[in-house]
Amino acid sequence: MEYFVQQLVNGLTLGSIYGMIAIGYTMVYGIIGMINFAHGDIFMLGGFAALIVFLLLTTFMAGVPVVLALLLMMIVGMLTAALWNWTIERVAYRPLRGSFRLAPLITAIGMSIVLSNFIQVTQGPRNKPIPPLVSSVYELFGISISLKQIVIVVITAILLSVFWYIVNRTPLGRAQRATEQDSKMAALLGVDVDRTISVTFIMGAALAAVAGTMYLMYYGVVVFTDGFAPGVKAFTAAVLGGIGSLPGAVLGGLLIGLIESLWSAYFTIDYKDVATFSILAIVLIFKPSGILGRPEVEKV
Amino acid sequence: MTAPLLNVRGVETYYGNIRALNGVDVEVHRGEIVSLIGANGAGKSTLMMTICGKPQARSGSISFEGQDITRLPTHEIARLRIAQSPEGRRIFPRMTVLENLQMGASLDNLKHFKDDVEKVFTLFPRLKERQAQRGGTLSGGEQQMLSIGRALMARPKLLLLDEPSLGLAPLIIKGIFEAIKKLNKQEGLTVFLVEQNAFGALKLSDRGYVMVNGRVTMSGTGKDLLANPEVRAAYLEGGRH
Repeated sequence: MEYFVQQLVNGLTLGSIYGMIAIGYTMVYGIIGMINFAHGDIFMLGGFAALIVFLLLTTFMAGVPVVLALLLMMIVGMLTAALWNWTIERVAYRPLRGSFRLAPLITAIGMSIVLSNFIQVTQGPRNKPIPPLVSSVYELFGISISLKQIVIVVITAILLSVFWYIVNRTPLGRAQRATEQDSKMAALLGVDVDRTISVTFIMGAALAAVAGTMYLMYYGVVVFTDGFAPGVKAFTAAVLGGIGSLPGAVLGGLLIGLIESLWSAYFTIDYKDVATFSILAIVLIFKPSGILGRPEVEKV
Repeated sequence: MTAPLLNVRGVETYYGNIRALNGVDVEVHRGEIVSLIGANGAGKSTLMMTICGKPQARSGSISFEGQDITRLPTHEIARLRIAQSPEGRRIFPRMTVLENLQMGASLDNLKHFKDDVEKVFTLFPRLKERQAQRGGTLSGGEQQMLSIGRALMARPKLLLLDEPSLGLAPLIIKGIFEAIKKLNKQEGLTVFLVEQNAFGALKLSDRGYVMVNGRVTMSGTGKDLLANPEVRAAYLEGGRH
């Protein structure tokens, strides 16, 4: 029983990270109907930005409080990732809007390769470790919960609440939802559709960068290929939850995290990715619209 | 005569290689109700959308309050206070009625929202009952009201209405036409409307245009067009049941 609850805790932590990444996939899909395959690499890039901030801090400001360090890592990561994602949309995706459906998809895969190779060339191909930032572990009814797990879940909860508030309660969010539902009508009402799409890329990237920082803190290592597996899993989470649905992305992320950790705990860890992607395949076959997604309606 | 509020000159619009508008000239003056009638596929809705820059005219010019808007992006045209209730109504289906109206008022950041929404609710009491309901669950008539209401929320200088009577019961059509007339009389709202219901539209309008195959073939006061035998034969006699 304790073992099971332990795995639940681990799964929720991992799932929080996937959920934060998945939101970026699902929002961009909702608003322009494309899968931004470079999003996973934006997550990895956010992790690298956080790593560089950490190294700078320990070099030049030894003894900086951990909370401040984490905050700076997240903020710089968010800004860097947002700038990159904004640029990618501006130069690579926007000119292809209205082009045939495959064009932006292929470009997105291209951008993914560009980003990971850029990091490989500029940061080197090896694993980049950092020492543990927060290492306290609490024992609770025989379950060990580490402080970093708590930090991850709490930060995820806070950010998702902020995000939910922006999307559902602010003029910006209303413009985003209007653009998602009918971009032509939104423009007729004075919404700058291009700008709204840019903001969506920026918001998605910021969340991914926080996820990247959390990932770095959790595993203590980041490498240029890290955009791929977590990226594809977060994409799976978005599809599982129902692509285009924000609560779906979070739910999907948590489920994927749980599946992964429970599978690793009770079956073979080597096959955990197989389990995850089998679920993607099964969902696509039996419920293409996902758990909380709505059935595809042809837009006229 | 003073310069027109909206001036469309020699506009040609294409969908790919197909020419939908072929040298259209239309003008709308401040305080007027002008209607555009014509058969299905004549290009009426295309003209409405071309005025809003979606699609943009390939040649010719469109000016509003003396400013050339032919090449402006759609959202900037909207910000000049040209509001449209477009073909197909285009209600945001997963937003509530109230949110749809808020979208209409977003140019002023909801500054006048409270007052204006009351006006819309007075005009269309049904919307008040339905305000918390999602747009996609409304009936066709309710969506039509919402679409017009949403356009009014922008405090437009020019209101473009694309077939406000489409799919509505005669009694509701009468109500909507009366509402348009009232807004025009009391607030001096300028209205340019497209209608299949030629009789109702011309009766309501100061002036009218007849469009055939992407061209304006006739124009005149509403009264003259109603009396014109050609117009009667083509658009009125058949459709007055």
